[in-house]
Amino acid sequence: MSTSDVNVYGSLRNRLVMTLIGGVAMLTLLSYFVIRNYAAHIAVQSQDSILRASVTSILDAAALRDGSVEIDIPYAAFSMLGTTTDDRVFYVIYQDDLVLSGYEDLSLPKDRSVTETAYRSTIYRDVAVRQVSASRTLIGADQRTIITASIAQTQDSLDDALDEISENIAIYGIGFFCLAVLLSIWVSSATIAPLKRLADSVARRGPQDLSPVAKPVPTEMVPLVSSLNHFMERLERSLKQSEEFIAEAAHRVRTPIATVRSHAEMTLQRVDKEENRQALRSMIRAIDETSRAAGQLLDHAMISFRADQHDYVSIDLVEITEDIVMRLRPVAEMKDVTIQLNTDAEVILLGDSILIQNAVRNLIDNALKYSPSDSVITIEVRKQPVTFIAVQDQGPGFQTHEMASLTDRFTRGENASGTIGSGLGLTIVRDVAKAHDGAVELSNNPSGGACVTLSF
Amino acid sequence: MRYLILLIISLFASHANSIEWEDKQLFEGAIGSQTISVISSTDTAIFAPIITSFLTINPELNINYYVASSADVYEEFQRNPQDYDVVISSAMDLQLKLVNDGFSARIEGISYPDWAQWRESLFGFTMEPASIVINKKAFETLKVPRSRQEMIRVLRTNPELFRGKIGSYDVRQSGLGYLFATQDARASETYWRLMEIMGSLETRLYCCSGSMIEDLSNNTISIAYNVLGSYAQARTDIADKIEIILPSDFPNTMMRTAMVSKHSLSIRSSASFLRFLTSSEWTKAEGDSYHLPPLQAASQNEQRSAIALEPGLMIFLDKLKRKTFIKEWENALIQ
Ligand SMILES: Nc1ncnc2c1ncn2[C@@H]1O[C@H](COP(=O)(O)OP(=O)(O)OP(=O)(O)O)[C@@H](O)[C@H]1O
Ligand SMILES: [Mg+2]
Repeated sequence: MSTSDVNVYGSLRNRLVMTLIGGVAMLTLLSYFVIRNYAAHIAVQSQDSILRASVTSILDAAALRDGSVEIDIPYAAFSMLGTTTDDRVFYVIYQDDLVLSGYEDLSLPKDRSVTETAYRSTIYRDVAVRQVSASRTLIGADQRTIITASIAQTQDSLDDALDEISENIAIYGIGFFCLAVLLSIWVSSATIAPLKRLADSVARRGPQDLSPVAKPVPTEMVPLVSSLNHFMERLERSLKQSEEFIAEAAHRVRTPIATVRSHAEMTLQRVDKEENRQALRSMIRAIDETSRAAGQLLDHAMISFRADQHDYVSIDLVEITEDIVMRLRPVAEMKDVTIQLNTDAEVILLGDSILIQNAVRNLIDNALKYSPSDSVITIEVRKQPVTFIAVQDQGPGFQTHEMASLTDRFTRGENASGTIGSGLGLTIVRDVAKAHDGAVELSNNPSGGACVTLSF
Repeated sequence: MRYLILLIISLFASHANSIEWEDKQLFEGAIGSQTISVISSTDTAIFAPIITSFLTINPELNINYYVASSADVYEEFQRNPQDYDVVISSAMDLQLKLVNDGFSARIEGISYPDWAQWRESLFGFTMEPASIVINKKAFETLKVPRSRQEMIRVLRTNPELFRGKIGSYDVRQSGLGYLFATQDARASETYWRLMEIMGSLETRLYCCSGSMIEDLSNNTISIAYNVLGSYAQARTDIADKIEIILPSDFPNTMMRTAMVSKHSLSIRSSASFLRFLTSSEWTKAEGDSYHLPPLQAASQNEQRSAIALEPGLMIFLDKLKRKTFIKEWENALIQ
């Protein structure tokens, strides 16, 4: 069975890789936003602390002198607000609810407590600003007044810093992501490796090797491997049973049939009445048919079984052919048929000799069966152009319209009606050819007679 | 009734707001078709060579040049920002506040040191130190003071020689005078000791550099403190009568600054004028006419003494701060 016959659904490795990469991508994105947020938070905090220092220095400079408020704002209050992008600065100073100085339209946060510093992000003059406000109570001789200072600053440099930080995080994130992708590919391969090793070791086995997998495997694969072992064990057992069955059946069927036939023949010699003799002859013929059918069926079963085993060795086709011809010679002589062998000295091929013997025997058997007496059967065994054996006779040949179907099981030709046979001979030849990656070709000689070529 | 009052108030206001120009002049390019309006605190005579050389390079432009005091420039531009394309002033603090308050256009691509520009909108283009200018004749027998300390010593040892013969800015009137005074006060206590002694010697107060230098040349005063040396130098006619001294203890150098109005309808031409000012090109102005000391040509030392363009400048514009400072100044100087 090749891999193309397997119903494939996705890839475990790809799924693993995709899952890991997806996870990493999500983690990267998440950490990008978390770090960015955190950086923004810290940046705003540092701006806040500078603004607060500035507000504090203004408030510290406030004093009540002769009942009026004087504020000698220190130069540093504003110069400390210098940023790389020259952010704009707005401020306002209140005495109680009256604007003392600064940008009158810069409002204070409403829900502000006098004792606490208030921070907020707001829009002033159409730009986003960060505003820090704080108050201080001044106590004079007979007076109590609250001074509030509020400073707002644009956030250009903060945005710049954030952009830079974001860019850096993004670069690190992408780097991290790429590394993680490589890592996940590596991890996936490493995880899948035992599976691949198992597959390889099973694929590398010989056809008869049905021994259990002995190499250690990871726990996750134990169910698979133990079922595999189990399955192979069952297969081995059932194969052995089939083999035994075939061997036993051949033995157990052939002998009783032969016994029955000899009894029938003996009876025939003792019976005189013509109609009884007729009946016995039909009986003997039926027994022959049965015997033939049983023999061919068992041979065919044996061939199917052995074909799966691929138990091939070097064999000499010439030697096999000569051997069979020798065995069939008595039959041929009875029919006055001459068998002519034209062979190379030696035709070696890699195969199962029992299978090849069977095929060759069926070919010669057919030639003997379907050719008239006093004719010649010519057998060619050659290794050029390909290794082949061709059996020719001088009989009637094949009917053209039957040729395509004669190799099918139990299919006999019209010319076979008088002869005993089961229609399995050519099927056996075909299956043997197939088991050896060879081919059978039926044809008729121009001068009459059939020709069957089995090539490898 | 309410409307009537409003009407009267607005009429009165518009009258009050109308500005008196010190000068107003149209410079025409050879093929001038587009006109840039420049509002400036620099006298036309001093600025004319710069404009002329700009128009030689850009003959398709005309320049309408308006001159007013730096305080007026600030007020007028704030009132009618759409009427002017370029604002030039010696009051760095007021200029910085205009930018801070969002009146300026960002002009990108000018590479400039940090202290000489703000928000890529305000650019210093001259370097003009505050100097002590003396009438040489008055100091024929005296040692010429090289620093504030030495000036204090000279005044203290010769009070009768200098009574009524010292000149300085009236910081209540002059934006530049106020800027120099506040920077002096920020730098050292010496300033207040000097003011005290100047106050005791009945110092004359001036609104502008011009008249102070004029009085210096006709012997009305013998020494002027915190005058723009560049203005004194511009008066080539009296060059042999006066001497310009850069105080060695801590010099203060003002930058004349320029910005383009955000509301300008010809931002591109205005920006090219600004680029011209910030380049060193205008220093090649022809003829022997005097020109302002360009920032590009300033030495490292001069650059270090420059008043930096930074938000701290706005502190002294604060009402309360100004009140406190002026009070202290008056206490010292007007006795
Ligand atoms: N040499 C031949 N000459 C003519 N016809 C033949 C020849 N060989 C086979 N055939 C035809 O092909 C048919 C199929 O042959 P096949 O060997 O498969 O069956 P069979 O000979 O009839 O039976 P068996 O299984 O006993 O051999 C035969 O019935 C016969 O009609
Ligand atoms: Mg046959």
